[in-house]
Amino acid sequence: MNAADLSSSYDLVVIGGGPAGMAAAALAAKAGVSTVLFDENPGLGGQIYRAIGASPVTQRAILGDDYWAGEPLAAEAKASGATIVTGATVWSLDPQRLVGVSIGGKARLIQARRVIIATGALERPFPVPGWTLPGVMTAGAAQTALKAQGLLPAGRTVLAGNGPLLWLLAAQILRAGGRIEAMLDTTPRRNWLLAAPHAPDFLLSPYWSKGLALLREVKAKVPVHRTATVAAVGEGKLAEVLYDGGRIAADLLLLHQGVVPNVNLANAAGAAHQWNERQLCFVPVLDADFGTTVPGIAVAGDGAGIGGGTAAAERGRIAAIAAVRALKPDAALPNPDNVRQKLQREEMGRAFLDVLNRPSDALRRPVGDTIVCRCEEVTARQVRDTADMGCEGPNQMKAFLRSGMGPCQGRLCGLTVTELIAEQRGMTPEAVGYYRLRPPVKPITLAELASLPIAEAERKAVER
Amino acid sequence: MAARTADVVVIGGGIHGCSTALHLALRGVKTILVEKDHAGRHASGVNAGGVRQLARHVAEIPLSIQSMALWERIEELVGDDCGFSSAGTVLVAESDEELAGFRERVDDLRLRGFTHEELIDQAELRRLVPAVSEHCPGGVVSRRDGAADPFRTTQAFRRRAVEKGVTVLEGVRVTGLSRQGSGWRVETSDGPIEAAKVVNAAGAWADRIAAMLGEPVPLEVIAPMLMVTSRVPAFIDPVVILRGRKLSFKQLENGTVVIGGGHLATPYRDENRTVLDWQKLTTSARTVWELFPVMREATIVRAWAGIEARMPDDIPVVGPSGTSEGVYHQFGFSAHGFQLGPGTGAMMAELVATGRTNTPIDGLEIGRFKK
Repeated sequence: MNAADLSSSYDLVVIGGGPAGMAAAALAAKAGVSTVLFDENPGLGGQIYRAIGASPVTQRAILGDDYWAGEPLAAEAKASGATIVTGATVWSLDPQRLVGVSIGGKARLIQARRVIIATGALERPFPVPGWTLPGVMTAGAAQTALKAQGLLPAGRTVLAGNGPLLWLLAAQILRAGGRIEAMLDTTPRRNWLLAAPHAPDFLLSPYWSKGLALLREVKAKVPVHRTATVAAVGEGKLAEVLYDGGRIAADLLLLHQGVVPNVNLANAAGAAHQWNERQLCFVPVLDADFGTTVPGIAVAGDGAGIGGGTAAAERGRIAAIAAVRALKPDAALPNPDNVRQKLQREEMGRAFLDVLNRPSDALRRPVGDTIVCRCEEVTARQVRDTADMGCEGPNQMKAFLRSGMGPCQGRLCGLTVTELIAEQRGMTPEAVGYYRLRPPVKPITLAELASLPIAEAERKAVER
Repeated sequence: MAARTADVVVIGGGIHGCSTALHLALRGVKTILVEKDHAGRHASGVNAGGVRQLARHVAEIPLSIQSMALWERIEELVGDDCGFSSAGTVLVAESDEELAGFRERVDDLRLRGFTHEELIDQAELRRLVPAVSEHCPGGVVSRRDGAADPFRTTQAFRRRAVEKGVTVLEGVRVTGLSRQGSGWRVETSDGPIEAAKVVNAAGAWADRIAAMLGEPVPLEVIAPMLMVTSRVPAFIDPVVILRGRKLSFKQLENGTVVIGGGHLATPYRDENRTVLDWQKLTTSARTVWELFPVMREATIVRAWAGIEARMPDDIPVVGPSGTSEGVYHQFGFSAHGFQLGPGTGAMMAELVATGRTNTPIDGLEIGRFKK
């Protein structure tokens, strides 16, 4: 679909085509609400079900049953009557629910009566020495290449960090015939003790047996070293990975220490956020239907706090039920209590996983010359020194160091900068706060913005 | 709570409040500055950073010239170069008729004795701004003009003010003003302050301070929008502005380009928030598209707006209160007050401390709105 073919307004705009977005759009469209779903990727699926239906990896065992669970969700969304627009980048959302979107180099402004943000999660920053060297990338990026292009890591590959996704990627690489030199497990030992009180729930959850099988599968084929430190070294590109008591020659280092909500769009729309100490990230302040503090805008899926893919779909349904009720009170809807019960089941065991996979302080709060903001090449020492000078928050820090002002808009450094300022000044991350994010939340070209239909622009200017 | 005491309370921690507080301290006047957020939180910290004498209202020119002299020794004044650099500001004419109008303006300024604006032909325009579109026949240049980093500048004034003895109270809101003997009692969210004199430099909130004095002013809260692009190869040195269409345009040293010009967002001053208007930013984008073809594929990485005050006649309120002896106003700079900060602060400190100033501020008095 081209930008010009869109209506100028929809009852519901869903942003993001992962499990939450697909489930939300399907439910709302089936209830008779005019619904459009935007996703910037070429196809539906989001991160977890990336390229579902289009992946060159067709041997089902490689990506696993949990991946293929995305197929019926995508099929349901496509059959629901929702307008699904892929290759559509949403770059702005304001509190009046005016959505700025770009499709094929052309921009449009779309008015929504309700918005569900389902932009999911992104990988937590992992700012270790050398992380910006060529040859170092995130596990998520490697998994994207595997799912979308069927590409396996080439050369001597090392995985470092912790969290379920790292182990899943290792298993997927091995199943596809790839090779891994070593896994560096950075899970702090005491996490097992801290997580123990949450174990009973976890043992009842589906994660338990799946997780255990995954660990066994990987450990059978790859040497696993426990370490509290990781460093990438090399001249101009990665040559070696250093860890506690050892070093490994490597061509590729894949880093990962969990995922955190992608808050950029909700933040730019003016939704209030709060610090979640268990997940060590900012999450939007939400009501029981995943509504934010901005009327008419909800956040479903991992963007509401990390809950995983199956929970994301249920969250999307709950948000969609609330949206449909507001838009079309007489519509036939699934019983929300049933959805909530399913969600509760899916979220079981999350506390155990959060505590067990909590990255160590040292791996979240770097020191010295380690880069924090790679867009503007700002080091940990600069951030710490500027905080000591009296800089109280990330927004003032921008003016001193330009940290967070590059094209990534703080996605790669935001949490690190907040945590460093908090540590340096003896404050909580909640009190330090996060970047005030400015649209466009995704960069657009001047030409794209100039392409916005002017007749529409004038009309909207009069309406408002 | 026992009241704090000072000679002067300055309300507002923008560049004007910080500059006035610094200049008062340099005169040995005991000063407390009260700021409801933090210094440079609003327009002073997030404006386009233009340091411009060009195209100013005649009533502002003396303050602008006095300010320029301070900008040229800004490091000596505040201990930081504030990112100030000077490559001139160029007002580009887009047609011969427009250029003729500019010529009249420059001639008028000459008659008044001001020589900073200089008419230029197409050849000189293309020498100064090689990337400008060929349809432009000439313009006006003010060669000493330039640009600075606004937040860094405001912070530098604040820091030097503190070093010189000013008490800066941030996160403190003024809640009332009343006569106390021959001076003033300033009620704040952090307790009262007693002072002989008060300076109202509260920007977009200054009308509320004036209202406490029974001196209402027709202040409009505005939020001019700006956009910044990703880095592009250096192609332009001066700041470029237009008259017919709203545009200001400058490339920073790091290669990013700041695009402004006065298109307005919707401000919500009680929430410290603005909502951008993408339709108007589209107009900005189209203007740049036409004027600088080299910019067409540049990426816009951020857009924002700062909250400030505009007066109906687009010039500020500077001078003594019309109702309340010992109170002075310094607000309403109408989207072009950044350059005026250093000189207006110096003038205001002189006026507050000595009761008089040699800098002409005729036409800026608050009483003009009563007529």
